[in-house]
Amino acid sequence: MINYDEILSEKVCSIKFSGIRKFFDIAASVKDVVSLSVGEPDFKTPFAIRKEAIKTLEKGRTTYTSNAGLEKLRKAISDYLDYTIHTRYDPLHEIIITVGGSEAIDAAFRAILNPGDEVLLPEPSFVCYGPLIEMADGVPVYIETKAEDNFKLTPEQVLEKITPKTKALVLPYPNNPTGAVMRRKDLEKIAEVIRDRNIIVISDEIYSELTYGAEKHVSIAEIEGMKERTIVINGFSKAFAMTGWRLGYACGPAPIITQMLKIHQYGIMCSPTVSQYAAITAMRDCREDVDYMVSEYDMRRKLIVNGFNEMGLTCFEPEGAFYVFPSIKSTGLSSQEFCQRLIFEKKVAVVPGDAFGECGEGYIRVSYAYSINHILLALKRIREFLDELNG
Amino acid sequence: MKTLVDLLRENARLTNNDLAVMLGKTPEEIEKEIAELENEGLIIGYSAIIDEERYNKNCVTAFIELKVSPQAERGYDDIAIMLSQYKEVDSVYLMSGSFDLSVTIRGTNLREVALFVSDRLAPIDGVLSTTTHFILRRYKEKGVEFVHEDDDERSLVSP
Repeated sequence: MINYDEILSEKVCSIKFSGIRKFFDIAASVKDVVSLSVGEPDFKTPFAIRKEAIKTLEKGRTTYTSNAGLEKLRKAISDYLDYTIHTRYDPLHEIIITVGGSEAIDAAFRAILNPGDEVLLPEPSFVCYGPLIEMADGVPVYIETKAEDNFKLTPEQVLEKITPKTKALVLPYPNNPTGAVMRRKDLEKIAEVIRDRNIIVISDEIYSELTYGAEKHVSIAEIEGMKERTIVINGFSKAFAMTGWRLGYACGPAPIITQMLKIHQYGIMCSPTVSQYAAITAMRDCREDVDYMVSEYDMRRKLIVNGFNEMGLTCFEPEGAFYVFPSIKSTGLSSQEFCQRLIFEKKVAVVPGDAFGECGEGYIRVSYAYSINHILLALKRIREFLDELNG
Repeated sequence: MKTLVDLLRENARLTNNDLAVMLGKTPEEIEKEIAELENEGLIIGYSAIIDEERYNKNCVTAFIELKVSPQAERGYDDIAIMLSQYKEVDSVYLMSGSFDLSVTIRGTNLREVALFVSDRLAPIDGVLSTTTHFILRRYKEKGVEFVHEDDDERSLVSP
């Protein structure tokens, strides 16, 4: 009989499934759940984009594209980034179209890491970075961001963890799960620390469009001297409600993008052609759709933050993405206990904060990518849950 | 950015408190603004959006196209205002195009609506002709699709 333990890669086996996935299995076992745990927009992809995809199929554009992606799309991305983050990337050498932002993150780690290289990784953050770093033979070095800093990364924290082996810093802002945003002044301080060192910043800006308040999203790439040491990761999933289209991109220095292209070429070939054509329309014609979705999220954000604060689960005001990250420490329950009891007793699903790193313990991630009525219903049930808890 | 009116149009039952939070105002300001909108007649009423056929299986709604001869000086106003008085009539609009007035009628059964048209509307002086269209199925009503929210195709928990 075949022995799979001997067949399987030790490295891969040592990596755990994401805590989100574990919680999904629990949530799936309960009927009629009111979920606030989804990490994708509730909007449908803007119609103009869908129509362009249909047109693409009608024209029979069903072949591969070049490995780096359609040149026309790379040009559109170049223009878009010039407009949004005031940084111009050469469409031919500095941009690569990937299968979602996640593939770009994976390729970036694999292109730069040698065994034992350290990558500074702020937490709480999205679940993919640590495992991808490990699979690329790197060593994640976690930096615990704190509620009292509004979950922003501070230059002192970075300095403290830098060693001669530090190869890269991941900047996951606007942040999933905390909703924290790094404003220009915050990024300038980080740039101060990084600028004179041989360290690459991997700036995951997938939620960039979902930045609230008067000040728009700022990329560390637009801070002086940082473009040459930054890989910007972005994509279409969140801003254009295109999660299922699997389309993202990476922009950065040509020597790095060239190596990433190799990984992409051998592993993927090219991103889905239909998605790429549709994405050109997204970049060029959908500003109004994005603005509408952002203003909707913004209203729900205010509603939900206020709701949690009123019920005594303190919640710092998130300035980006579509999550709030209230503290549940006052209940005396662990994140896992809180979420499991909430789902079994009140049929509301939220994600335990520790799924996003140990320091997420004591918090829950709540998504507001839902209609106002849905949010109000969930808040009502959470309030009841707390009342019964306090008995 | 949605306005107070936009939000109320979508859901008039949101509390002043919730509206205030979403619009970055105080509940008192919202209360005052709503009172002003009501006084000015910009908000002329509030009602629930009902899935009528589920509420009453025999319920029938019809759109009646009326061709009408306009009166000197008063045009279509008199007849439109008169039609509006019937409690069976839900809405009355003056239309551009091949007919003049569009009247929506709701009744508890088909016969009731048909008789209303033949006995009440058709004989009115100035009404030249009527065409009755019955609603067979509703897909969207006042901005709300008749698809329930549990049709959310997103996975329950996701990254």
